Amino acid sequence: MSEYFIRSTMLDAKQAPKSNVGIVGWLQKNVFSSPLNIILTVVGLFVSYMTIKALADFVFFNAVFDATNGQECRPADGEPGGACWSFIQVFFKQYVYGRYPTEELWRPDIVFILGAALLIPLLIPKAPFKAVNSFLFFVIYPFLTLILLSGGDFVITGFFIPFIDLFGKTQGNFIFELSIVTALICAAIYFFGKSVGEDMKSTMLSIVVVAVIIAVIGLMLSSNFGLEVIETDIWGGFLVTLVVAITGIVLSLPIGIILALGRQSKLPVIKFLCVVFIEFWRGVPLITILFMAQNMIPLFLPEGGEAVDNLLRALIGVTLFASAYMAEVVRGGLQALPKGQYEGAQSLGLTYWQMMVKIILPQALKHVIPGIVNTFIGLFKDTTLVYIVGIFDLLGTVKATIENPEWIFPLQAMTGYVFVAFVFFIFCFGMSRYSIFMERHLHTGHSR
Amino acid sequence: MNKLMTTAIAGVAFGLTAFTANAATLDDVKAKGFVQCGISQGLPGFSNPDSDGNWVGLDVDVCRAVAAAIFGDSEAVKYTPLSSKERFTALQSGEVDVLSRNTTWTMTRDANLGLNFAGVNYYDGQGFMVRKSLGVASTLELSGAAVCTQTGTTTELNIADYFLENGMEYEVVAFEKAAEVVAAYDAGRCDVYSTDASGLYANRLRLTNPDEHMVLPEIISKEPLGPVVRQGDDQWFNIVRWSLNAMINAEEMGITSANIDSKMGGKNPGVQRFLGETGTFGEMIGVPSDWAVNIVKQVGNYGESFDKHVGPDTPLAIARGVNALWSKGGILYAAPIR
Repeated sequence: MSEYFIRSTMLDAKQAPKSNVGIVGWLQKNVFSSPLNIILTVVGLFVSYMTIKALADFVFFNAVFDATNGQECRPADGEPGGACWSFIQVFFKQYVYGRYPTEELWRPDIVFILGAALLIPLLIPKAPFKAVNSFLFFVIYPFLTLILLSGGDFVITGFFIPFIDLFGKTQGNFIFELSIVTALICAAIYFFGKSVGEDMKSTMLSIVVVAVIIAVIGLMLSSNFGLEVIETDIWGGFLVTLVVAITGIVLSLPIGIILALGRQSKLPVIKFLCVVFIEFWRGVPLITILFMAQNMIPLFLPEGGEAVDNLLRALIGVTLFASAYMAEVVRGGLQALPKGQYEGAQSLGLTYWQMMVKIILPQALKHVIPGIVNTFIGLFKDTTLVYIVGIFDLLGTVKATIENPEWIFPLQAMTGYVFVAFVFFIFCFGMSRYSIFMERHLHTGHSR
Repeated sequence: MNKLMTTAIAGVAFGLTAFTANAATLDDVKAKGFVQCGISQGLPGFSNPDSDGNWVGLDVDVCRAVAAAIFGDSEAVKYTPLSSKERFTALQSGEVDVLSRNTTWTMTRDANLGLNFAGVNYYDGQGFMVRKSLGVASTLELSGAAVCTQTGTTTELNIADYFLENGMEYEVVAFEKAAEVVAAYDAGRCDVYSTDASGLYANRLRLTNPDEHMVLPEIISKEPLGPVVRQGDDQWFNIVRWSLNAMINAEEMGITSANIDSKMGGKNPGVQRFLGETGTFGEMIGVPSDWAVNIVKQVGNYGESFDKHVGPDTPLAIARGVNALWSKGGILYAAPIR
């Protein structure tokens, strides 16, 4: 006969062993679990300590805060020395605005403040009035910025309507003429076209509205608001970095989406054009595009004609370049969707644009948020390349001021570069964190 | 009027009608109202932004002198900072009217690039810097030294020529960037640091302890730096050349921005010609008769410009040396205004 034992009562739960709980437990489990991990932890700690200590020494403990010239920033004999923040302070205005005239600085200031005031509510999903906010930020704000920063008063050569603007200046205006003529033709079709269908009529109506808006914008651009004209060659610093980066970021997404859709289109000509565009711009380094835009375009244009502004050329180059990359990112998202999504939309009788806007793109874009943000961050950092074509962005301005003889000292270049790295890190890290937040916000059940 | 996108839309298509071959640069400049001047993106004392953001320096002053001669306003200049790679393309394509960017006058550049050098505003040359503790007084004692220099520059080739010529051994420690070269020399990885003399003075300040180092007296190469214009526009060439000559002549005649008013109406015929009181010298090159007065008043004579930007009272502390007037032991010599 064998003895047996049946437990009739449950044992009380015991506390986990000390080695498994609390800080000690966490440490043992995660960083000291095996001899190899112990070695890695110790080495890692040592490397971090050395790096952080060196950085902290440079940035804080050995730094000079109250120098009046480069000689006072010079570390004493045998000392390692540190950053000289007085150098940054003296040139800080240049780092933000470039050579923008001091008495006109309120203009970029308004642009900065207004931009932040419009952008922040746009980025917060819960903030109300998204439609109005988007309209203000994406349509009104760019033109306001353009007029404020450059001073407006553009010469837009027109042909046949001698036109007296709000401020009594007589001049032709090509944009105005083109949009008004378009609006008139479409309005004529809308009112007098007997045989056109309802669909056509509503299309005409929307064209009229858009054309009138463009006509008003054209008028505004050529109007003189009494602002002093500031040529772009004296813009500089962080202002230029932001102008280039934001223009590229805001324009490259819609252009990229359209290119990606075009590349997937069943219409051969559109598909061909999109493929050629994307492959051309992706196949050429950005630095070549900028160099071509800056130095070769004047060779192709007739002598004596007005040249297109340098900054505008760089903006166009950067935007087209970023669009080509964006198109491929978006195409990745489109391909990730199962065919059923397209077929389901079509079986509901949706038109192409309804299908894309309501079914396909929302899903596709959500899939590729990391890729999109990756492109944005890359673009933000690539803006520093405009320096090679003589446009002084933040990095370029810092590099130029490093050559100021009054402020030459051994660690001057390092001070400047640490400052630039810090500014860029804040913006790129910010974008990265925001994209993670957006991914979680849009998370609807199939992320891994 | 704002020209940001003047013809971005219409001009490209219709500007073709405005085609004119080989327009005179002076007419273009007068129509624009400013001189477009190519400068370096930053070279201490030659062109660098001051703390107010204005470009200043010896090269910048040449641009300002040209503007002062044409418009009587030395501020009528727009600067295009150029890298060394794009400087000639920018001049050839008409992006800039004059290139004043520490550019060495060589035969290849003068003959092959469709450019003309309008003069020399700084005689540079390759020099050597050593630690005082090395106890060397001349480059000829440098046999066996390790020389820090930049890769892919004429500097490297000049060193090779010089050491071979004098039968000396040496070892090159070359780096891609100027900053790396300075850091390596500072860290003691080589005995000698070699680059253009003007660069030696600027980079000496980047060393941990500048007083422990000295620049050796020998200069082993000729690097005449000067303003450049496009070939085939003699009038413009003359304006740039004589703007520079006026600065040098002013120093020779003792005319400074401070005393020029007191020189007016004097009896010295040379000064009278200079001030435009006799003769039609401005007219000859297509600028107002008081062109030289404006240059000296607003920019200063060559000596003033030199002292202000690179001279002994600046941190760079470059001695006049060969850049002194011919009458004072240098080789600076400008043709007379007569």
